[in-house]
Amino acid sequence: MKTITLNINGKQQEVNVDPATPLLWVLRDHLKLVGTKYGCGIAQCGSCTVHLGGVATRSCTLPVSAIGNQEVVTIEGLSENGEHPVQKAWLEVDVPQCGYCQAGQIMTAAALLEHNPSPSDEEIDGVMNGNICRCGTYTRIKKAIKLASES
Amino acid sequence: MTLVKTQIGRRAFIRNSSLAGGGLIIGFGWLNSCKPNNAAEMAAVDMPEEWFEINAYLKIGDNGLVTIMSPNPEGGQNVKTSMPMIVADELDINWKEVIVEQAPLNTDLYSRQFIGGSQAIRQGWNGLRMAGASARHMLREAAASTWAVSIDEITTEEGVLKHVESGKSAGYGEMASAAAKVSVPEEVMLKDSKDFKIIGTSRKNVDGKKIVTGKPLFGIDTYKEGMLTAMIVHPPAFGLKLKSVDDSSVKSMPGIRDVFTIKILNDDFERQHFDTCTFLEVVAIVGNSTWEVMNAKKAINVLWEPFEAYTEERTFYRSSRQTLTIPAGLESTDGHMKDMEQAAMKPQKVVRKDGNPELAFKNAAQVIERTYIGPHLAHNCMEPMNFFAHVTSEKAELIGPLQKAELTEQTLSARLGMPVEQIDIKMSRLGGGYGRRSYAHWLIEAALISQRLNLPVKLVYSREDDMTGGIYRPAYRATYRAALDKENKITAVHINAGGVPESPLFANRFPAGAVENYLAESWSVNTNITIGSFRAPRSNFMACAEQSFLDEIAEATGKDPIDFRLELLKRAGNSPVGENNDYDAARYAGVLELVREKSDWDNTPDGVHRGVSAYFCHNTYAAQVLDVSIKNGAPVVERVCCAIDCGIVVNPDAAINLSEGAIVDALGNALFGELKFKDGVPDKSNFDQYRMIRMSETPKEIDVHFVENGIDPTGLGEPAFPPVFAALANALYKATGKRHYKQPFKL
Repeated sequence: MKTITLNINGKQQEVNVDPATPLLWVLRDHLKLVGTKYGCGIAQCGSCTVHLGGVATRSCTLPVSAIGNQEVVTIEGLSENGEHPVQKAWLEVDVPQCGYCQAGQIMTAAALLEHNPSPSDEEIDGVMNGNICRCGTYTRIKKAIKLASES
Repeated sequence: MTLVKTQIGRRAFIRNSSLAGGGLIIGFGWLNSCKPNNAAEMAAVDMPEEWFEINAYLKIGDNGLVTIMSPNPEGGQNVKTSMPMIVADELDINWKEVIVEQAPLNTDLYSRQFIGGSQAIRQGWNGLRMAGASARHMLREAAASTWAVSIDEITTEEGVLKHVESGKSAGYGEMASAAAKVSVPEEVMLKDSKDFKIIGTSRKNVDGKKIVTGKPLFGIDTYKEGMLTAMIVHPPAFGLKLKSVDDSSVKSMPGIRDVFTIKILNDDFERQHFDTCTFLEVVAIVGNSTWEVMNAKKAINVLWEPFEAYTEERTFYRSSRQTLTIPAGLESTDGHMKDMEQAAMKPQKVVRKDGNPELAFKNAAQVIERTYIGPHLAHNCMEPMNFFAHVTSEKAELIGPLQKAELTEQTLSARLGMPVEQIDIKMSRLGGGYGRRSYAHWLIEAALISQRLNLPVKLVYSREDDMTGGIYRPAYRATYRAALDKENKITAVHINAGGVPESPLFANRFPAGAVENYLAESWSVNTNITIGSFRAPRSNFMACAEQSFLDEIAEATGKDPIDFRLELLKRAGNSPVGENNDYDAARYAGVLELVREKSDWDNTPDGVHRGVSAYFCHNTYAAQVLDVSIKNGAPVVERVCCAIDCGIVVNPDAAINLSEGAIVDALGNALFGELKFKDGVPDKSNFDQYRMIRMSETPKEIDVHFVENGIDPTGLGEPAFPPVFAALANALYKATGKRHYKQPFKL
């Protein structure tokens, strides 16, 4: 066990955990930030995506000890009240079905648009291919990304 | 305040008769009850000072806000939005004034709190309408009494009661207190469908904001004071059972609280349909946090041993009691394929026979025979199986995602030795279901672990536990034969279908009824690999076999594939062969005609290849035209045009979303879905091995069209799924010249 200080959603948080614990479980079990989801545990489905220093990162395989002072942003910290353009676009297009993967989809999409504000279809596919949506809402996810890109 | 006890068995209490002025009068025997409703969390809006419960489905606040309870759990099909829309329309309230809550599990108050079989909207329809309409009636009666006028003179408009002659008006909130004291009407007028204001208009997902902001909605998001985390260790192969556990190295690991074994069902328990339980005994590891338990799971030393063959008494849904034989042994997919081939050769159970198929085949100028094979499939819900349980000697509190809560409640009651009244199951949003969460052995496991520790526990399956834990779509095989005469007319069809361990045959479905001579035979092969409902059970395979086969017959007879199907349906409509044909030929033809028009069938764009398919299941008709091109040796689905007849569409944009999803899901399963076994071990355990469809493989365009006919609604969770497989197979044939008989399709 080790006390680790994390910068999460602009707040300093102290946790006392096994340093090998993946960030995902620190967020969920210790900090009760449950918006970040467990899907596969091996960085294959994207449900656990957060921003680490502004980069979309799979939190399920990221040991909490490797984070240092990099800023972590989770779906809860993406905007004050769901006002991020990607979140607004998601609501406008009414993307979700079951909704479980959508936080990860939104975090991946938000990072994409941050670095590439007007992505092509191929660029969207390339980045979003890492996120599985079992309900098959991909066409709406793409539509929402394009809508957010315009705003 | 009065809470209405509803008895929503349609046949049990509805006696309806059409009225001359339009609309429907429905009588019902709702009994009054004084049970208080569960106060639930309220959204951050201007909340009323007081709520008045009108019936189990709704309560009205003194400021006019209305809370509508959604009776069924939400797994992504939009029922939490669509079902309350039906209530709100009959109540005549502005949708903006509505708050939706998940209803508690209470089978006295609500009927069929299931999601499965695409039945939520179809079977909920009348009860939901009555809930809204009777509340509106009670509000009108309260106003009439207050204003000392006849109820017939009271009209409503979006939450406002009006008496035109006197110019009096009052909001629902003002009359709610009085309305709650009015006795429940014996009969109530329902709207004419042309007067719907909310039904048939697109309304956004009521949980949309919570989903996009990461609020706790799912069972796995449950965290309670003092709660421990549990995981299970189940046998690594089907055919094995627990022999011994060496927990010495694990119990002292950081954060580990206990390790023990649990037996999920008692030996003498009489199982019902959804009591499928793959592994009867598993090891439970309980600790302070998920990561600590995961580490212990890796370190634990468990020995397994083969089990002996056994039999299991089972009462199946809408079926009789059966004895299942569970064979011993470590099974393999290769073995399943051989077993199915052999079973298909033996004399089979004849399920339906029309005319003289033997003679027709003997006299045929040409016989076409094709065999189709489908593999086991894993559901792979994105939210792994999980449940929260807090079981004490007095009560059992459970929270989590499940599709068929009311049946599970009975099983849990028997296993815990606790009356149902002491069990409270709260239904959280499901991170996908697709049939998998109809089987809730994990709920029982969570409850047993909590009972043993007398502490609140959340059981979470790892992705690997989930994917290798059984309850799969079965492997199937079907052989279709068609006899053609000299004029290339189809004279007979013979279907021989079976599976491991369930036959996929629907003997009374199309093309039964459309051909003079018809034979349908069925068989099954025993297995110890558990199976269960998978989105559109059996249809998800048979639609592919049937619609691929008909495409080949159409080609052999030189006919356009849509014309060919329409000719058969015309025959089935005009002079049906045999009895019990379970489809309406005109509605079936209707979706084919609509998809022909909307896809511009006769004008295939350059560079693409088209396939068509249509199927009827779960009371709904669906047809698709799929356009494919081949790029770099891989299929690119350019467009899927889909026509659906599900009667009235309650929430059109959500219905389109669900249909788009079904199409994408089916393409993924058709191209990649497959779980194989070797020596009892599944060949895939996580998403690095199990290929799921990804965004770049999704159709570039999907357009969904609905037949408008005003018929009472039927379901939509499943029907758009089965036809896609054959639409793709038929399009790929056009593109490559190769027919696909085995799923997943390999180019």
